Order: sequence, then C-alpha cells, then structure tokens
Amino acid sequence: MNWISDVVRPRIKTLFKRETPDNLWIKCPDTGQMVFHKDVEANLWVIPGSNYHLRMGARERLASVFDGGYEEIALPEVATDPLKFRDEKRYVDRLKENRAKTGMADAVRVAVGAVGGIDTTVAVQDFAFMGGSLGMAAGEAIVTAAETAYARRTPFVLFVASGGARMQEGILSLMQMPRTTVALRRLKEARLPYVVVLTHPTTGGVSASYAMLGDIHIAEPGAVIGFAGARVIEQTIREKLPEGFQRAEYLKEHGMVDMVVDRRELKGTLVTLLRLFTKAPALEAAPGSAPRAVSLEKRAGDAPLAIERPRDDAGEAHEAADAEGSGESPAESRAEPAATETARG
Amino acid sequence: MRTYLDFEKPVAELEAKLEELRALGAERDAVAISDDIARLEAKAAEALAGLYATLTPWQKTLVARHPQRPHFSDYVHGLVEEFTPIAGDRKFGEDEAIVGGFGRFRGEPVCVIGQEKGSDTRSRIRHNFGMARPEGYRKAVRVMELADRFGLPVIAIVDTAGAYPGIDAEERGQAEAIARSTEACLALGVANVAVVIGEGGSGGAIALATASRVLMLEHAIYSVISPEGAASILWRDAGRAQDAATAMKITAQDLLRLGVIDAIVREPVGGAHRDVAAVMEATGNAVAAALAELAPLSPDAVRAARADKFLAIGRKLKLA
Repeated sequence: MNWISDVVRPRIKTLFKRETPDNLWIKCPDTGQMVFHKDVEANLWVIPGSNYHLRMGARERLASVFDGGYEEIALPEVATDPLKFRDEKRYVDRLKENRAKTGMADAVRVAVGAVGGIDTTVAVQDFAFMGGSLGMAAGEAIVTAAETAYARRTPFVLFVASGGARMQEGILSLMQMPRTTVALRRLKEARLPYVVVLTHPTTGGVSASYAMLGDIHIAEPGAVIGFAGARVIEQTIREKLPEGFQRAEYLKEHGMVDMVVDRRELKGTLVTLLRLFTKAPALEAAPGSAPRAVSLEKRAGDAPLAIERPRDDAGEAHEAADAEGSGESPAESRAEPAATETARG
Repeated sequence: MRTYLDFEKPVAELEAKLEELRALGAERDAVAISDDIARLEAKAAEALAGLYATLTPWQKTLVARHPQRPHFSDYVHGLVEEFTPIAGDRKFGEDEAIVGGFGRFRGEPVCVIGQEKGSDTRSRIRHNFGMARPEGYRKAVRVMELADRFGLPVIAIVDTAGAYPGIDAEERGQAEAIARSTEACLALGVANVAVVIGEGGSGGAIALATASRVLMLEHAIYSVISPEGAASILWRDAGRAQDAATAMKITAQDLLRLGVIDAIVREPVGGAHRDVAAVMEATGNAVAAALAELAPLSPDAVRAARADKFLAIGRKLKLA
C-alpha cells in the first residue's frame, strides 16, 4: 500500500458520481473469459456464455428472490467471543474486520416478503462473512427465521453458503446443529414448507444439520456440497477423488438433492413449488421465469460487488470447510498404522 | 501391561520401581522392605494425583484417547444386562462403528447406543475406530425409533473422533445421515441421556448426543473439531494442536461452565482406565439419577424440555 493507492485513487473514484468497483472485468474461473461486471450483475452473477455461477451476496440474493420490497427481520444479539478465542488473530478483531468488509453483523440475513405472491420467510447465508461459518449469531438467525415463518405461517426458504462450523466459537458453534434442528422441527409439525437452496459451498456441520433437512433440496450448478472436506478425505484414503466429487450434479445422482437449477430459473422454480405446497391457484405466467435483473437496480449503493475467487482455492481458504467431520486423518493423529488400511478396505 | 502417556513418565518410573520392590519382596524377607514399598506407593499415588489434578486440555485429549480407556463395550458389559444388539439400517448395510440395541439397566429395559472404537487391531478395524458411515447413523435412527415406540429410555455412549471422512460415506449422504440422527434424538418422546466417555468429535458425536441430559467423564473431551484439525486450519500447522486444544475449550469442566453439558462423572485418580469398576459405578449412578429425574415427564414434556434446553444454550452467556 502507498500514498497513491491509499489516498489518490479513492479520491479519483469519488470524482465520479457513482461507485466504481475496482474490477470492471470479471474473469470466469472456469473458462478464463473476461466479462464486463455489469453484464454479470444483470445476469444474477452467472457468467454469460460459460454459465459459471459466481457467489452472490445476501442482499443481492434477497432482491433476486422477492417480487418487490421485503421486510428485513431484526436478529437477536448474541454473546461476542465467549471463548476469548485467539489464533493468529483475535476473534473479536476478525469479527470487526468482517463487519466492516460486509456491512453485516454476521453471516445470515432474514427477510419476509412475497415470492410469486406467496408470503415467504427467506434466510440467506453470506459466504463473504467469515466463509458463511455457523456460529452463535448465524445459528440464532436461522432459529429466528424458522420462528418467524412459524409465527406468520409462511413457507421458509433458506439459501445456504457455508464452509461449516465457526471454529472460533468451539463447542457453541457445534451446538447450532441441534439448535437449528429444534426450530425446523416446529415448522415441520406445523406443516409449513421448508425449501433449502444449496449454493457453493455447503459443507461441514452446516451440511450435517439444517442444509440437509429440507422438504425440498435445490442445488445451484457446480456447488460443492458435502460433509468432510476434500483434503481430509484425500489424506485419509490416500487416493485422488473422482471427477465431479461433491458437486451438485453428483449429489443429485446420489439422491441427496431433488434438482440442480440454474440461478436464472431458480425464482420460477421456487414460485412453482411454494404455490403448489400452499395450494395457491396456478399463475397465468410464472413471474420469475425470466431473469429478474430489474430488481437488482434497487440495490445501487449497497454492498460492493463481490468479485469471485476461483472456486478451487476458495474452499480451502477459510475456516471449517476442511475442518469438519472427523477433521483429521486417523493415521496421522492416532499413530494407528492400520487406519489407512481400513480406509481402503 | 499398563500403557503410560508421555506426561505420566515420572509416575511410570515410580511405579516401575515399586514393581521391582514387590518382586523382590516376594522372594526375600517381605517385612524388611515393606516400609520402602509403602513409602514408594504413597509417593507414586501423590505424583499421580498431582498430575491428574492439573491436566492441561491437551493432556486430557491424550487421556480421552488412551488405548486402555474403557470403551462402549466395557460400559455395556459393566452396566447393561441381557444386552441384545441389533444390526443394519435396512437401507444399505451394517456399520459396526455404531452399536445399538436393547437391554436392562439396573433392572429396567432400555435402549443403548454408541460408538465403539475397538480395543485391538482386529476390533478397531471392525469398528472402523468408532468413525461411523451413514449406515451407522441410519441404524441409530432405526434403534431410536424403536425405543420411542416401545417407551424405552435411550442411553447414548459417545466416543468418536468424528464421522468417517471417505468417498463412500459422502456418496451415501454422510451429512444427511447425521442431520437425520440429530433430528431423531429431538423427536424422542422418551428421555435420552448421553455420556461422552472419551472423545465427543463434532457432528459424529452430536448425532447421538442431542440428549435430554448430557454427561461427560471428568477427562473426556467434546469439541467441534479435533485439536489437530483446528490447528491445521487456524494455524496451518497440525503441530499447534496443544494450542488449539486450549483455545477451543474442550474439557468437561469448560463445557459445564459454558452450559453445554449437565454434569461431570468423576474418574478415579489417574483416569478411567485405572479402575474400570469405579467408573462403571459412577457412570451408572449418574445415568440412573438423570433418568429418574426425567421419568415423570410425558412424551410431549420430554420433547419440549429437550428442545428448550438446546435453544437456551448460549443465550445466558454474557453479551459483550
């Protein structure tokens, strides 16, 4: 960092009346093709041509799902850093940084509004906030979302994006698995539909709780979905993983998700499902069948554009993705020479 | 032969000397050295008590994983009569990492379920070191549903490094299987009591430990990820496992303070493996006390109390 990048560039930027992202061109992680950011934004963060699904921020996601306006639900405050955790950095400092970076208090936003004319509670987990990791705040947000859906008798749609548990909250993060499940059980008993949209990535403790308890599981193309991280599995079995392992399409093949839906058709799919489950009459023309670029324009001035990192290092770069599950190779940690043999057999 | 952990070296030396003296006493004049033996015994006991009164979280991790620590089968043997294990998830296969079945605990019919790590190479392989695949969790669901239908309380013996990370496990839906098992715990109209006897590793543990009462042995650990796993992610160095063990608050004492568990079961000085009978007695008493408390509740009240208990976790911790 120097004077030019710190002071001069931001000033030059403010000369233009609107915010200009640093990167006007986004590189497709798949094909390497350069695409103008406005074209990507207008296409719901799907690269035109390659159809690569970039990550989408929580705010943009909410705007893309609701018919129009929506009411954001206030989320309860939780204890900050109960373990007084410190790794290379203090956890409280990490939280501060992530709050400043994302403008969010934690990883989940919750809102209520109409989806295809059906009042719906929607929660979105934002990967930009500490890898969407599940701690007390995110857990409480999902509990609140389920309780809101229950109180208002609406369906609940949850967009998941998370590397898994937030290790800096230790056991309290693990406790969010049963806690969120408690809240979801109430929805189930009240016969309110719960639709999970699994986006990239959905791994670790998150996959092993609310993400896999939906009445319907919809996955976005190419999303990595699984319990144990790829690196942990490779270390345990000492084999290369098969092509497409833990991708959305692979999960559908193995019966774990109901459908893999292109983001531009997602709203239409949700509307159809929600209207069927709530026994609402058929619509003349499905309102969400076309990309809802229009609703995104309301968003100007909100969070900065999230420019995607290539998918393959993104999974490794943050907490939990590889951490969950047994989180270790038995051969490594237990001095059990037979462990690898078991794994093979 | 007793296996000593590295940090027990001073005790190991004293006890080795003691053994020599005893052997000597057997062949020679026992009276002459009986004073020496008594003195050494006291010294060894003192050293052991001193060590175990101040175990670090990492030392507890080693004790929790001690190869001679009593496992699921020891508890079943010590606490349950007429144990009748059942097999299979009726979907794909039988996973012996999780053992489940029915038997009598202090005369009353119960359901018992838990991870078995195995105690020698053969049994360790058979039980996959206590790391279950989806079939194991689906069998757990099946066992719990039977218990619920017949009104039998569930005792869960939790001891696992975590769910098995493998291609086959992922293909058959490890995540979904764990989620459904946790859900099955919450759906039980009968009381369930979980005892973390060694390692409570992550989602693989919570799948059985979502219980009306959660007990932990004094030197057991329970965590969201193994110390090694946390170290390799947070510090990018698995060698920092000791730091991770401390930072993550994984001991029974920490978890009781955080309100995550309900009670601690005392272990004999030197750990559960030094006096298995005493551990069985203490664990049996703690489980019986918990079941007695829950016995008067109706199925709906049992479910509601369990749900409320989990929702309350963390809410009383101080807001910053």
